[in-house]
Formats: sequence, structure tokens, C-alpha cells
Amino acid sequence: MDQIELIAMSAKIALVVVFLLQVVPIMVWVERRGSAWMQNRTGPNRVGPLGLLISLCDALKFFTKEDRTPGHVNKFYYTLAPIVAVAPSFITFAVIPFASSINIDGHVIQFQIANLNVGLLYILSVTSISVYGIIMAGWSSNNKYAMFGSLRSTAQMISYELSMGLSIVGIVMVFSSIELGQIATAQGATLLQLGPIAIPKWGVFVQPLGFLIFLTASFAETNRLPFDLPEGESEIVAGYHLEYGSMRMALFFMAEYINMTVASAFIATLYFGGWQLLPGMTFILNHLGLEGMGFEWARVAFELASFSLKMVFFLWFFVWVRWTIPRFRYDQLMDLGWKVMLPLALVNLFVTGFMIYSGVI
Amino acid sequence: MAINPIAFFVFGGAALAFSMMVVLKKNPVASAFSLVMVFFCFAGIYASMNAHLIAILQILVYAGAIMVLFIFVIMLLNADEPTFDLRRTSNVVKAGAVAFGLAFVVMLAIVFKKSNIIPLNAGFSSEEVIKLGGNSKVLSQLMFSKYILPFELTSVLLLAAIVGAVAMAKRKTGKSS
Repeated sequence: MDQIELIAMSAKIALVVVFLLQVVPIMVWVERRGSAWMQNRTGPNRVGPLGLLISLCDALKFFTKEDRTPGHVNKFYYTLAPIVAVAPSFITFAVIPFASSINIDGHVIQFQIANLNVGLLYILSVTSISVYGIIMAGWSSNNKYAMFGSLRSTAQMISYELSMGLSIVGIVMVFSSIELGQIATAQGATLLQLGPIAIPKWGVFVQPLGFLIFLTASFAETNRLPFDLPEGESEIVAGYHLEYGSMRMALFFMAEYINMTVASAFIATLYFGGWQLLPGMTFILNHLGLEGMGFEWARVAFELASFSLKMVFFLWFFVWVRWTIPRFRYDQLMDLGWKVMLPLALVNLFVTGFMIYSGVI
Repeated sequence: MAINPIAFFVFGGAALAFSMMVVLKKNPVASAFSLVMVFFCFAGIYASMNAHLIAILQILVYAGAIMVLFIFVIMLLNADEPTFDLRRTSNVVKAGAVAFGLAFVVMLAIVFKKSNIIPLNAGFSSEEVIKLGGNSKVLSQLMFSKYILPFELTSVLLLAAIVGAVAMAKRKTGKSS
């Protein structure tokens, strides 16, 4: 690894980490303002312009609060749990491509931290270990409400992981690759040409049912409403983070919002073409009058913008759904997972196999 | 594939230490956590041998599946009322289901056996595997062509084990209540 690649790698890592850390306070603000907007309230509007600095105050509050460890907990696992909860959410983003590659002095720089040839499986496995933070928190708190919260969360995540994995298999079958970079590149092909409008081969057009299953499952995986069962004020108080306070509590919140971001990025990559340019952007890019390296950098900037816009839309979608749909009951959640989503995912698999066999896709 | 001795001793030593903890810890949940760490060390060894697919599968299948063990340990097989009662089903239906399942497995095996088998001339050397398109491709092609029948039968065996475990758990709770 020479100097240029080293600089590029450090820049990419810094970009992703800073972005993921910044997304948390911004999403908290979006969540509060968004909910207020939907419920005809004002929401936080006193601190800073449009109340933007409210998250800064929240963070300060979390940092300055007393960090108290209750006497009845298992200290080692109690301390470890928030770290185990937040670490997987950060490392998942390592394999997500946020733009295509650029050639600098003969070095091909990919806009992806780690180009693993098992990228998809990597994300699935990291998702499967992210449950450990929650079960560790619930069990080590030595509190029946915390325990129930973490058990609910674990059962929910395991149930929905199945349909999530099966819906991804459809994508793997269509694009015959488990490398996220290749999947994003393959989605640039044209699926249908309707006069002047070309419909790209985005995952959502070739796997509409798979997309719906994946979207629903990612709500359950991130423990967001309407599948917000691990917490419940009237049933199990605050669920698995009941015994936590100050910054440790904040780490669980950070994990939730970073998981949301990763899920949005993942949806954008698998089903909406990843860094493939949004409709109309190719036209603008070709009429900017740039050539050589200027054109290349503009292309990367447009790709980055396309990816970010897709991701931001799904982040907003998470907030939107949260304040629109009431939460499920626990048995309804399990019934939906096992009796609706799983059979649907299997049907999707069969239909996809048939379509590939008959040469439609 | 040669492995860096430092990586081997670090991951191997950690695996041994965590395995000891699995046995020595009195709390079943704590030993389950140690077991997860053992699997992570194994994954580390595989990854440093450039077998990324096996490393990822190690984490995905083993470390991910221990979660289920957790639930069983914590809830102590506290099974709920069954929604589907097998005893009410007639023997014909049971036999039919088993026969259909086996026929399906055989059909899958026949269909997949016909697919192209990739040429592995010089055995499993790492150069050969890279030439044919990488770990995951070679493994999945072989698994779904040459070794399809053993693969399918292994999954049936695992399914049988799951059904057996559920049946035993159900009988236990039935006696106590």
C-alpha cells in the first residue's frame, strides 16, 4: 500500500465514522421535528435555528449525568453490553459502496472501505451478532423487565432474520454475486426501454416482493416502530436498557440510529441501485462541460449525492412509519414473521428461480 | 495456505482460553458468551488463512445460532401451547408428508446433478480456486452439483434433529404440568 492508497483509505474511514457519528444527533432532531410536524405540534424550536442545537444539549446532558452502576447487576457484562451493542453497527458500513471507483495516477480508488468478496454474508453475520449487546444488557441487568425486553428483542430479530436472509437470496440469484460492489454495478443495466424512458435494473424492479419483505424485516431488525416491542412503557418499562443511565444509555440509542442508517444504506444498495445516478443526473453531468479529472470528480460527487439521497429518503421513511403506524402486539408480530413473511419469502424465491429459468430476468 | 504464526498463536491461544472458560464458568449464560468468543477466534484463524467465506460462515452460522441456545438456556424450554397438534393428524397425512419431502429431496438432487460441474484439475490448491472464480463460487458450485445429495441429506438430518428436540421438550413440559 503506497502513499496515495493510504491517504485514500484513511480519508474513507474518517468520512464513514464521522458521518455515522453525526447522523445520530441529526436523526434525533429529525425524529422530534418530524413527529411534531405530523402531530400538528411545534416541537423543539428554541435552541439554535429551527431547534437544531437541541441534540447538542442532549449529548451534553448525557455526558454530564452521573454514571451510576446499580448494585445488583453483573458488573462485567453490564459494562460490556453497550459497547457490544454499538460496535457492530459501525463495522457493518465497511462493506457498503458509496460511489464507484476513480483512477488517480494509476491507482484505482474504490469508495468502499473493505471490498470483501463475501460482502453480503458479512453484513448478515454482523447483523446476527448485533443481538448480543441487547441480550447481554438484559441478562446482566438482573431485572425481570430488562430480561423480558431482551428476550423479546432476540426472538424478534431471529424470526425476522430468516425472512430477511431469504429475501436477499433473491437478489443474489438475480445478480449472481455476493459482492456489494458488483451488485451495485449490475444494477446500472437497463431492464426495459419504454420510448425515451429507460427503466434501470434496480433491485426493486426485479424483486418487488423481496423488497417489501426486506423493508419490513429491517424495521424488525432495527427494533423500530411498528415493531418496537423490546421497549414498552406500559408493559416492561424501558426494556433491555432499563438499568442504564447517562452515556451508556446513550450508546444504546446511538446503536439504534446507526443501525437505521446502515439499514437504509443497505436498502439503497441492494434495491435502489446504490451509487447509480438518479434519473436526470446523467443528463446534468454530461452538460456540465467538464473533461478529464474534473469530469471524473464530478461523477463521483454525483454518485455520492445519489447514494446519500436514497439513504436519506429511507432514513426519513423510518421516521415517517414510526409516527404513522401503531405498534403491533407481540403475538401479531410473531405471526406476521413466521406465517406471512417466511412463506412469502419462499414464494418469492420460487418465482425468482422460475423467472431466471425461463429467461425473463 | 500458510498462516502467519503470530495470528495462529494469538487466535489459537485465545480460543483455548475461552474454551476453558466455557467449561469452568458456573453461569450457563456466561459460558455461552465464552463459546461465542471461541467461534470468533476460529473465524480469525480461517480469515488469516484467506478462507474468508468459511470465516464469515463460522460467525453467521455458529455465533449467530448460539443466540437460539441463549433463549433456550434462559427460558429453560418453557414451551408455549402448540398451535398445530400433530396427534390429530391421520397417519396417511403424516406418511404422505414424509414421502413428499423425501421425493422432493431426490428431485432436487437429480435436477442439480445435471448442472455443470466445474473442472477441478489440480485439486484444491489456492491458485486453482482463485482461477475458477474465488472461494464462494467454487464452494457453492461444488455443493450444488457434485455433492448435492450429501448436502441435502445433511440438511434433512439436521431437520430431523430439530424435530426430535422439539418433541422431547414438549413431552417434558407435558409431564410436569
